[in-house]
Amino acid sequence: MKSSRWIPGQANTSLGSSNSKDRWGPFGPQYFFQISIPLTADCLSDCSREILVGRARLYALIREFFDEQSVLEVETPLLCQRTVTDPMLDPFVCFYDAAGHPAKLPLYLQTSPEFAMKRLLASGVGSIFQISKAFRNGEVGRHHNPEFTLLEWYRVGFDLETLQNEVEALFCRVARAFDFQFAVERTTYCEIFEKYLGLHPLESSLDALKARAEESGFYDGQALCGDHRAHWLDFLFSCLIQPELPPDCLLMVSRYPDLLPSLARKAEDDERWVERVELFLGGMELGNGFHELTDPVEQEQRFLKDLAVRKQEGLTSPAMDDRLIDALRLGLPDCSGIAIGLDRLLMILTRSGRIENVLAFPFLRA
Amino acid sequence: MATVSTSEFKGGLKLMMDGDPYTILENEFVKPGKGQAFNRVKLRNLKTGRVIERTFKSGDTMETADVVDTDMQYLYSDGEMWHFMVTETFEQYAADEAAVADARKWLKEQDECQVTLYNGVPIAVTPPNFVELKIVETDPGVRGDTSGGGGKPATLETGAVVRVPLFISTDEIIKVDTRTGEYVSRVK
Repeated sequence: MKSSRWIPGQANTSLGSSNSKDRWGPFGPQYFFQISIPLTADCLSDCSREILVGRARLYALIREFFDEQSVLEVETPLLCQRTVTDPMLDPFVCFYDAAGHPAKLPLYLQTSPEFAMKRLLASGVGSIFQISKAFRNGEVGRHHNPEFTLLEWYRVGFDLETLQNEVEALFCRVARAFDFQFAVERTTYCEIFEKYLGLHPLESSLDALKARAEESGFYDGQALCGDHRAHWLDFLFSCLIQPELPPDCLLMVSRYPDLLPSLARKAEDDERWVERVELFLGGMELGNGFHELTDPVEQEQRFLKDLAVRKQEGLTSPAMDDRLIDALRLGLPDCSGIAIGLDRLLMILTRSGRIENVLAFPFLRA
Repeated sequence: MATVSTSEFKGGLKLMMDGDPYTILENEFVKPGKGQAFNRVKLRNLKTGRVIERTFKSGDTMETADVVDTDMQYLYSDGEMWHFMVTETFEQYAADEAAVADARKWLKEQDECQVTLYNGVPIAVTPPNFVELKIVETDPGVRGDTSGGGGKPATLETGAVVRVPLFISTDEIIKVDTRTGEYVSRVK
């Protein structure tokens, strides 16, 4: 098998035209020339040059978009003394070890930059965005790589509805540049459950949820979900709704059940729902946003609840992020924020089937 | 027996489930950002050939099945069992009717085929993709007709019946694709 590759260092003397249209021609500036090497070694990248250019272009478009909106680009640490308590996330742990240092200090690679960014918001910087690496242990698959890239942003004074408008504007900008056509649809968690399953996520009985899974041939939900409604809702959503979603439609699902609250605040009109929005495109989960919880007491309770679940399930119990709680105490401005998986977005924009296709060196070659 | 965790699941891995050996056809890791991780797996039962879909909680372990595909030479059938031999070691194995199944109609003595052993016992036999077999009975050949359109049935030395072009006659040797059961060419 032969594949066309580019090699760095074989420079064309010109760095391409300064004209921005030429700069983003189909293959971008010709710094590299194409040669053929047999596809044998793990040391080289399998990623096509077109995709590498696509990623650079995507980042440039995002930065341009937020620059126009006067949203500040920030950088927060990836290696932190605290981490998430979410029982569904497994962070990488490493140790700071210096000669003479009294005890090995555990440090966590961040599963998302959200806590640090909220501490910045509480410090009064205003609206911010970040393109950041995030790390999640044990997650490898067609749509998962343990190290991946997130775009996360927070808008001070925005409610979830206004944030969704901004998401739509950003997607339109990016899609246009990539010649990608898509529709946009907004719905609620409850509506989508009723539409695809004929069930109400909170009012239908647990037995009805179980029966619905079996009806569609998913017989081992019980072993996975037990009697946890939250697990059953996720299971039904992943197995029976997600695969049926229209392929080229950006679907924004909001008003999640309070069983799946994460860091979202409760809806003002009905305590059974939280102000959380999830984005889906091409059958993939692409992003997760909240009208952020600003109440330190409620946040601490959710952390404690998470830790109790972790303990019960025999998982490690890291200390909760007290610095985030303190920041909330000092006052997080009313804001909404969202994180979007950029590797997955790039998969969609370049019509790639697997996350490895858009990474220079995926997990097994990293 | 060795165990494997869901993180080691991949196509071709053989597992024991409900007392039967299975091979993984497809494995998909599913993990909502804020939800529980699991694996959606498509598997084939190696005894019955049936394909099923299962979900496994990520981190669950399963027992691997002691299943190996071995190249063997077909020796003979005694009417009840089909006998095979590993040519390097001269080890012999006897496969019953259930294991040989549809492969039997392509088996010619001394042909190489693949025998799937489960705990040392043959559970499936895969004939070579192409076999060359002699025609023992077919309608008389029609000279000049090389179009192959339509064709006629021909019985082969192993008992299999395939459609062949009209110009083919009894005692000729033909090449057949065992995966489709179709005539490929005449063997000179």
